[in-house]
Amino acid sequence: MSESRAAKGTHEVHEAHAHLGFVRTYIFSTDHKMIGRQFLFMGLFMLIIGGLMAMLIRWELAFPEKPLPVIGASKEFIDTGEPKTSMDQTWAEWLSKPESEQNWLTKNMPMGAITAPLYNSLFTMHATLMIFFVVMPIMVGGFGNFLIPLTIGARDMAFPTLNMLSFWVGLLSGIIMLASLFVPGGSAAAGWTSYAPLTAKVEYTGVNWGQNLWCISLIVMGISSLMGSINYITTIINMRAPGMTFFRMPLITWSLFITAILLLLALPVLTSALAMLLFDRMLGTHFFLPEGGGEPILWQHLFWFFGHPEVYILVLPAMGVTSEVLSVFSRKPIFGYRGMVFAMTAIAFLSWVVWGHHMFVSGMNPLIGTTFMMTTMVIAVPSAIKTFNWLGTLWGGSIRFTTPMLFGLAFVSNFVIGGLSGIFMASTPVDIFIHDTYYIVAHFHYVVAGIIFAIFAAITYWFPKMFGRMMNETLGKIHAILTFIFFNATFFPMHILGVGGHMRRIFNPLQYEFLHPLQPVNVFISISAFCLGVAQLIFLFNFVWSLFAGKRADRNPWHANTLEWITPSPPPHGNFDKIPTVYRGPYEYSSPEVAEDWLPQDRRLETTTAKGAH
Amino acid sequence: MPKETLDSVIDSIEVESIGEGPPPPIPEPPFGPDDDDDGDFMDSQMNNAYVGMVLFIGAEVMLFAGLIGAFLLFRFGSAVWPPPFQPRLPVFVTGINTAILLLSGYTMHQALRAIQSRNYQQLANKLLITACLGLTFLVIQGYEWVRLIRFGLTPSSGVYGSTFYVLIGTHGTHVLGAVIWLLILLFRVRRRTNSPDRLYFMTRHYIGVKICGMYWYFVVALWPVLYTLVYLS
Ligand code: HEM
Ligand SMILES: [Cu+2]
Repeated sequence: MSESRAAKGTHEVHEAHAHLGFVRTYIFSTDHKMIGRQFLFMGLFMLIIGGLMAMLIRWELAFPEKPLPVIGASKEFIDTGEPKTSMDQTWAEWLSKPESEQNWLTKNMPMGAITAPLYNSLFTMHATLMIFFVVMPIMVGGFGNFLIPLTIGARDMAFPTLNMLSFWVGLLSGIIMLASLFVPGGSAAAGWTSYAPLTAKVEYTGVNWGQNLWCISLIVMGISSLMGSINYITTIINMRAPGMTFFRMPLITWSLFITAILLLLALPVLTSALAMLLFDRMLGTHFFLPEGGGEPILWQHLFWFFGHPEVYILVLPAMGVTSEVLSVFSRKPIFGYRGMVFAMTAIAFLSWVVWGHHMFVSGMNPLIGTTFMMTTMVIAVPSAIKTFNWLGTLWGGSIRFTTPMLFGLAFVSNFVIGGLSGIFMASTPVDIFIHDTYYIVAHFHYVVAGIIFAIFAAITYWFPKMFGRMMNETLGKIHAILTFIFFNATFFPMHILGVGGHMRRIFNPLQYEFLHPLQPVNVFISISAFCLGVAQLIFLFNFVWSLFAGKRADRNPWHANTLEWITPSPPPHGNFDKIPTVYRGPYEYSSPEVAEDWLPQDRRLETTTAKGAH
Repeated sequence: MPKETLDSVIDSIEVESIGEGPPPPIPEPPFGPDDDDDGDFMDSQMNNAYVGMVLFIGAEVMLFAGLIGAFLLFRFGSAVWPPPFQPRLPVFVTGINTAILLLSGYTMHQALRAIQSRNYQQLANKLLITACLGLTFLVIQGYEWVRLIRFGLTPSSGVYGSTFYVLIGTHGTHVLGAVIWLLILLFRVRRRTNSPDRLYFMTRHYIGVKICGMYWYFVVALWPVLYTLVYLS
């Protein structure tokens, strides 16, 4: 973008957008920053719902078929039929009504005890919400939108209207997904993987519109993310500020760029599979139903061909956030910048050829199984490169233990554990034993639920830029430490359960004699999980309180180099007073060239020129 | 500049691609970025809308890859294909239909050439012919579908019918979408040819026609692949 045009742009921007009115500013906004915030709030809302579902799941596993505390009926009432508490009376009243007038609670949790169909629906929807409506909206939708134009020095996205549509279509899909909880027959309940043929025919489960809406919602979500990813890629290719070469982009931007490419290419495959599933259910086609010549394994192939790139779609932005935070708070350049970029690129390529590792026990030619085993192990190499580069970044740095830094460190340590358990599962002989056990649950929570640490790191790090106020550091640190402790107390013991043979997706572990000795572990996990849930209230309070009463943030509270920090906090419409010119890479911390220990990307030094600085 | 009244999706894409993006490579030369790329930043830009359309087509390819993958699994997984007692597909009529669609790709190419020589009458004519050929393709497809259903090939009569209708139907839907887009463009081009403000058309609507052309090429190029796989193999 030429300087003259940029300067002219500023003028227009201020004049045209100064008085946009409430609706255009906060609701149907085309400003990437507002859309980013909208995605963030949507994701946080869904996080609360998904988190509460997790609490219900953990209650059921620790205290199978017992009524929930507070809203459940008392033991005496269940044993004797004599209402004791006021809740007992309410239950008695509700349950005495005729079938047609029963409400959602009496159908799904009579007396406050979770039923088996509800349990299935809970773990399915928990995973679906967390993956598609928490991590993706927050990381890709929220921070992707907010950060891409700011970090590359652009005034907005390439297609602002498309961007706005992407949010509203995304919200629509979220609403469809939540609505599916309340349709007759219940929501989708076959796991977030929705394996056919279980899902391909209504008669197999009794879930009718729940599963249909699940498919429809994800197809709609696919449209939303298609619009988003086209926008991100175009913006990054076309709208970088002068001097912002690809290899001067911050790693968060790189990670979002690669993520967007994966999204663009992976989600349509899911869409095709979802459409076929929907046709099987509604039009009587036979893609996944053996009775018409269909092939249930086809679903698994299509789903995981999308699914494994998907897990990297989730984790790459988290890796990007971690790279930013670690470098800034070690006051050191990131170790191996190009190595990081190439590692992410390698991950992106490899993630297309490993999907079979989810299907080792689905019946597979041993030769193909071995091939998938090898490719899967190879993908651990770039992941390890990233980890060692993070450690190299920390090494010898003057580390500042701020809240985002604590979360960044927590992410790295959890990622190491999740990555290592991945290697075990990747080897076919081991996986035959641990497949579909709690070992898998432990693994993917260390990697996927571990992303929550990167989300917190991102929120606490960019909060000043997003909302113009600082979050409270003391509360932040308490939250970080408690979350780390309870997270590990929750998920680490799941490895033990898994090796002990505890299956995933079971309603009542006590139905299995051999699991009885493991039940105390389940109770321990659940209590840790409740503590983990309660600890999040600290964050919720800190977030809401800081929004309105936090200390005002100046432009660059963390003394960071990247372009978003040269804008006011929060940046106005159009972002930059003048489009910056970029002279160097994003991680020049503790540079001997300047007195301060940071050197913004757009600062011109006497000794360097625009072209010479590398 | 005249105030724009038609507010369609295409319009917004164009406005954005000019309003917020890099400067469009117009008025001269209207095609592509200029070639003096010295390897430095930002010198070699493509228009946002082109990039966006290329990416969109990439996503579409993956959508069809999923469907074609499913088809191939069934096609090469079964000993006899088509399965016994299923009607045969109309290879000959569809072959002619293929030619019609390919021809429309050529007329679209001519339409885009007409922009370059600033011959708006030609542009409008060629777009009209392209749209008509597209419609003809759809009508013949629809007619053949009705016949096939009469012969007992339905989406629910086993995987043969399932893959056929979903794969070919998805392509048909795409052609339909492209035809509608084309007709909207045509409507606007015709309005422009009567107005004196031709340069305005040049800068403002050229990109819309060009990206619609890219999309048209995609649906045309996809068809022979599907025809070969589904009808001939
Ligand atoms: C070091 C690299 C990794 C390796 C070698 C690896 C390996 C595996 C394997 C073999 C499985 C299938 C286990 C089974 O079902 O029997 C699996 C499952 C899973 N992995 Fe990983 N993984 C790695 C990294 C990741 C990352 C980074 C994420 C997410 C951000 C992730 C998310 C998941 C999820 C969600 C599942 C469970 C899917 C399900 O069945 O519901 N993995 N992983
Ligand atoms: Cu995987």
